[in-house]
Amino acid sequence: MAASLLLVLVVAVTVRAVLFRSSLVDFISERVEVVSPLNSWKRVVEGLALLDLGVSPYSGNVFHETPLILYLFHFLIDYAEFVFMAMDVITAVALYIVADDFNKVVFRKQRIAFEFQKYAPDVITLVRTPKEMYHIPLKVALFYLLNPFAVLTCVAKSTCAINNAIIAIFVLATAKGSAFLSAVFLALAAYQSLYPVALFAPALLYLAQKHCVFVSLRSTTFLLHLLKYAVMFLGCLMVVICLSFFLLNSWSFIPSTYGFILSVPDLTPNIGLFWYFFAEMFEHFRLFFVCVFQINVFFYTLPLSVKLRDHPMFFMFVQLAIIAIFKSYPTVGDVALYMAFLPMWNHLYRFLRNIFVVTCMLISSSVLFPVLWHLWIYAGSANSNFYYAITLAFNVGQILLVSDYFYAYIRREYHLIEGLNLKSQDGKEAHVVLK
Amino acid sequence: MGLLSDPNRRQVLTNLLTRMNTPLCFMCYIAGVSWFMGLAFEPFILQTYTSENAMGSTMVDENFVYGDRALSYAREFSAHGKKAGEMPVEWLVKTMSGLGLETHTQTFSRTLPFPDEMRERYMVKGTNVYGILRASRAASTESIVLSTPVGIRQNSQAAGLLLALASYFRVSVPGQIHWAKDIVFLFNEHDMIGMEAWLEAYHDVNVTDINSSVMEGRAGAIQAAVTIEISSDVITSFDISIEGLNGQLPNLDLVNLFASFCQKNGVLCTIQGKLPRLDGETLDGYIHSLHTMLLMVLKQGSGKSQGDHGLFLRYHIEAVTIRGINSFHQYKFDMVTVGKVFEGVVRKLNNLLEKLHQSYFFYLLPSLSRFVSIGYYMPAFGFLILILLLRALDLWIRLSKVEPACAQDCAAENVRPSFLSIMTPIFICHVMGLALYYVPLLCQGTATEHFPISETEAVVLTSIAIYVAGLALPHSTQSASLPAEQAVQGWMTLKLIAILYLALLLGCITLINFSLGFILAVTLIPAAALAQPEPHRMLNALFLILMSPGTTLLMCIYLYHELAEYPVTLLECWQLLLQAVAESILDHHLYGCIVYPIIVFFIYPSWLLLWNVVFWN
Repeated sequence: MAASLLLVLVVAVTVRAVLFRSSLVDFISERVEVVSPLNSWKRVVEGLALLDLGVSPYSGNVFHETPLILYLFHFLIDYAEFVFMAMDVITAVALYIVADDFNKVVFRKQRIAFEFQKYAPDVITLVRTPKEMYHIPLKVALFYLLNPFAVLTCVAKSTCAINNAIIAIFVLATAKGSAFLSAVFLALAAYQSLYPVALFAPALLYLAQKHCVFVSLRSTTFLLHLLKYAVMFLGCLMVVICLSFFLLNSWSFIPSTYGFILSVPDLTPNIGLFWYFFAEMFEHFRLFFVCVFQINVFFYTLPLSVKLRDHPMFFMFVQLAIIAIFKSYPTVGDVALYMAFLPMWNHLYRFLRNIFVVTCMLISSSVLFPVLWHLWIYAGSANSNFYYAITLAFNVGQILLVSDYFYAYIRREYHLIEGLNLKSQDGKEAHVVLK
Repeated sequence: MGLLSDPNRRQVLTNLLTRMNTPLCFMCYIAGVSWFMGLAFEPFILQTYTSENAMGSTMVDENFVYGDRALSYAREFSAHGKKAGEMPVEWLVKTMSGLGLETHTQTFSRTLPFPDEMRERYMVKGTNVYGILRASRAASTESIVLSTPVGIRQNSQAAGLLLALASYFRVSVPGQIHWAKDIVFLFNEHDMIGMEAWLEAYHDVNVTDINSSVMEGRAGAIQAAVTIEISSDVITSFDISIEGLNGQLPNLDLVNLFASFCQKNGVLCTIQGKLPRLDGETLDGYIHSLHTMLLMVLKQGSGKSQGDHGLFLRYHIEAVTIRGINSFHQYKFDMVTVGKVFEGVVRKLNNLLEKLHQSYFFYLLPSLSRFVSIGYYMPAFGFLILILLLRALDLWIRLSKVEPACAQDCAAENVRPSFLSIMTPIFICHVMGLALYYVPLLCQGTATEHFPISETEAVVLTSIAIYVAGLALPHSTQSASLPAEQAVQGWMTLKLIAILYLALLLGCITLINFSLGFILAVTLIPAAALAQPEPHRMLNALFLILMSPGTTLLMCIYLYHELAEYPVTLLECWQLLLQAVAESILDHHLYGCIVYPIIVFFIYPSWLLLWNVVFWN
């Protein structure tokens, strides 16, 4: 397995290195689908130049990355390409180990369930076998490394690749059960792009499961666990923020980064849902709609954490997808991260209902993005409505994808307990209907 | 979501889709084609109207009187041209400076990838001459271009008219105080190559590897451009040519503007060389409009620029080419009337407050007074693409039905075609496409050494040879014959991928160039829908060949000459096909036309995939 992982890594790095040397690199790093005002490499370089000149990088309206990234590249600017390739490798390896570890957890859980005869007798076809699970970690790494979205993100040197790596390490630390490291990397991820705060809930649930803490708001052990994790997370967050303050000796980075993320002042088109609405909207409704749009990321966390209490890894996947869909400046790099989790849910395939339609939608809209951009910006014959229509199609596709997986997961769990061949009361074959 | 999540209704839907698939597809095809044919029927479509405020409400009066001066300039121009044996650069510079224009020249050179036999040029060297009339009342921030492609024999009258217009706009002080935009008078040599050189230098970009000298003087941002081609002293009508590079069209308002000035001055104005008719509701009138629209579709679909104006469109500049026609018609118009039309057009363009953007960019013109907008013609394409989606759904349902039969992971791996057996044809087909693009140009030297043919013939014939060689692929890619069940699964999977790929490609092409996409859709989609190894393998293969991109090109050339009332025999048609292939390769390298690469990189491989499906073992 390790050998094939190495092979995949070599192939992925070669592809990226070749693209870095090709003439496509300028084209890719200008694509609005790949870079956003938050993470574009051009802006990082600009921030570094301002820093070298002794001007605060946040004084203009150009640089929106965090101070730690700025100082990281202050030392590593000459090795930027290596850094970005290394980030992708780290992400892939971390996700590989996560998938491997998660397989073991799933298998153990399944054995326990069988021993206690929790499952219905006729569900043998639903049970997961080591043979089918053997290739999952490799597929996860493959899905991330050779996903065109991830390759584009890396070649464009979008700092989204770094955020992905941090989130992947955070998931790894959580999967390994290390509460402290998990909190550290969650704090770093939240510090980087704010939205990963929502991953607090799945991580908490996963750690609780790992440490055999019964999840209930009435049990004191769980509350203690919650308190401990929250304190660690907030403490780490405080430390990094204070560190940033001492690096720059000013708080100006807070409005420039988090204010920028939350109030969405830059309406450059991207693959998200924000830009078109806020370009069209009357100014005095802006605050209200900013709140409505931003709340989407966090809105589903609570109901999901109730429903998926016993399946925190799946919860993690759904939450990552929700962040990628509803964040204010999404790029294809965010999409690539949650898509890497898809092979872990291979066994849900028989319950997926719209996978064909959704796949067609996602692929066709990804191809249509540059075509309509060309028609709008270069040919001047189309307009923003054409481009936004594709953005909508892309996001509807993503939402259908996630809800399809969610439905399939719930349905499999239902069948595991109730049996596969359901009979209705009059003895006929029954159908399960989601309403 | 009820329909998608309720299994009973889903079952009904899938049953309907599989059972009714063939009739549904057939109906869609009929609906698509007849919708398209219906677009030319006048009562169904809108009348043209001017949307731009600045051009609609203001009046201008035209007083151009320099008709005789235009003709004498034209005679002098052609006399000096004959003496010099090329474009009379010095005389032009002297004359224009004499008129008080700020005059500059720009030289350029370009070596073609292979000789252009039709226009007899290979290593092109030339000079563009242009004069700028500075607007007296504004800073030089905006400009209008009037251009004419000049040679020794052609367009001397247009050149004379341009000079007369320049002197009129410049000299008659009392009447001509309204210029708010600079006017550039451009005389470009070697038609489109010169124009490309001038435009690239003007915007300081280099997209096509042309060598040109630095531009010495510029006017402001170009708002609109009109290219004039007149080669006779009197004209009977004007012909408007709108199709630009890659099928781009100028804003409909510019066309309306010109048509309305022709109407005002009583000059006959045609489009696609077809006279306007008043009996749009009758059958004869309908067929006439259909011919006009089909001619436009064929021209736009070729992606070739139908005049120098086509190159402006890439720079967001609205432009048209106006040709003066001198036929046997009784009523002739002299240079005074012609000059009045152009004076009016330029005056109105001078009134523009912003670039033309109000009216349509996506349209088809069945006549000058009626237009079909994107919302009207897209459904025709939608019906056609629906066929592919229906077929894909049908295949998907059939493919997923097989699996439950042996769900116990027993034979699942045996029945499913391996990943490699599907990927190999896809990969090889695309390699074929790459070969078709690169090999002919690389091998022209070798080919001319070994065979008694010219470079151009070498390129074209090598392309055709590679194209035909692609047909032999299926026999070499699949040597081992597979068990029956697996073979069926194999071709169904490959066909599923092939038609989805084709649908995606056609969708993208249609957005960029509707005509090209529609022509390809009409021919490729039935072939794609019917492609399968049994029954009647040979029949399917024959149909696929009849509908291949190459055959489509041949048919289009034939149809074009039929519609243009200049019928050709099959042999001439073949000659024209060779010429068209050479020209599309040249257009790609000289001006960056994307039709040729799209066909060889994407459409040809996806057609080859279908060919592979038919010959699946």
